[in-house]
Amino acid sequence: MKICVEEEKCQGHNRCFVVAPLLFELDDYGYAHEVDGGVVPPEQEENARLAVANCPEKAIVILEE
Amino acid sequence: MTTEARRDVDSERDWATDYDIFDPAYVRDPYPIWDELREKCPVAHTEHWGASWMPTKYADLFAIAQDIQHFSSREILVAPIELPPGAEDQPFYGVKAPPISSDPPEHTWSRKLLLPHFSIKAVTPFEEETRELCRSLIDKFIDNGRADAAVDYAQQIPPRVIASMLGVPEEMADTFTGWVRDLLEIGLQKPEVRGPARMALLEFLNEQINDRRQNPRDDLISRLLEAEVDGEPVPHMHLLGTCLLIVVAGIDTTWSSIGSALWHLAQHPEDRQKLIDEPELMPNAVEELLRAYSPVTMARVMNEDYEYGGCPMKTDDRVLMNFPAANRDPEKFEDPDRVVLERKHNPHIAFGVGIHRCAGSNLARMEMRISIEEWLRRIPDYRLEDPSAVTWAGGQVRGPRQLAVVFP
Repeated sequence: MKICVEEEKCQGHNRCFVVAPLLFELDDYGYAHEVDGGVVPPEQEENARLAVANCPEKAIVILEE
Repeated sequence: MTTEARRDVDSERDWATDYDIFDPAYVRDPYPIWDELREKCPVAHTEHWGASWMPTKYADLFAIAQDIQHFSSREILVAPIELPPGAEDQPFYGVKAPPISSDPPEHTWSRKLLLPHFSIKAVTPFEEETRELCRSLIDKFIDNGRADAAVDYAQQIPPRVIASMLGVPEEMADTFTGWVRDLLEIGLQKPEVRGPARMALLEFLNEQINDRRQNPRDDLISRLLEAEVDGEPVPHMHLLGTCLLIVVAGIDTTWSSIGSALWHLAQHPEDRQKLIDEPELMPNAVEELLRAYSPVTMARVMNEDYEYGGCPMKTDDRVLMNFPAANRDPEKFEDPDRVVLERKHNPHIAFGVGIHRCAGSNLARMEMRISIEEWLRRIPDYRLEDPSAVTWAGGQVRGPRQLAVVFP
């Protein structure tokens, strides 16, 4: 699975970071960025889906299942 | 209580064309009203309080919040403020509350100024003192077997945390609370209360900012003074407005959320038990309580004539951003009126959505989590003393204001 944060949509709610801290990092302003080029280890796939489902801005997309 | 409120809802008022967000029935129990509106007229209209439109569906709130071209944040209060004659000659006339009261481009740099100071990393150092504060508040009433969870607890927490962040004396906390209530709770309907409170708060903050210019310290005001925008220091009146925002937005909002959470838990022993047995559930539970009891309704005003959802909105018309109603929309949330602490899919917009997402959301979450944890640690079993005696504030910010509880 591969994910990506659409930077122009992220408003720094930090919901993704809380549910999937291994998949995202926050910059000084609180905006989220995917780590490791967005590659999701198999055991983190459920957390990735939770991050997508809980983002109020719909800013996280799944690029590859 | 719900039955009584439903009877009020069925009264004369046509909520679709004549809503009044200060109607006691609405303040006490707005949920059936929102359900009715979402079904019948998802963007309602009223002539009360300066006339406004009010969307109640999640999809509409989302779309409007994202459309900053048509919907401006130059006015954000749910009711217009009447200025007394000669107001423009008063000091601090025109001081707003950036970035919440700004549109881009001012909004962009103004928000950037604030965000680093409210990140998860920035608020975490305040956790321990918040915990200590909660413990000391509980110490004062634990032996009485009863307390007012709003007045003696929830209300006491945010103003002290904000005072500590700003670096002003903790003794100011009660004064802050009084000013903020006069500004947002009482003052929206009574300009004669609002004006003096606003002036007193601005005078105080102005003195504090001037003091930090001379004597910089390790606090938020000093750090904001160090900031530069395009190589220039931030204008004094802008900083003053930002400090005003920090106080006004950070106090009764969070205390309302803490109060609503304790009100819910007082009536749901099974949820209390869950949080005691599974403390790791707390961050998720806080999101669910925020969704179910979202305190804040903001406003936008129209930049131009524009038809939205079949509604002919005119330039300067007010639109009430009913985020609390969006968060109870059954089209978005399964079983929305049920509090499900382990809810997995919860993209709530209690902190708004779009460029004006609450800058203090991490601070609010931290205060909610710590205050609920500490309450349940000391008072795992409690109930409302008299459910009908609970009073609520509403309008811009909804939350319990009298919340007597008893515990063994």
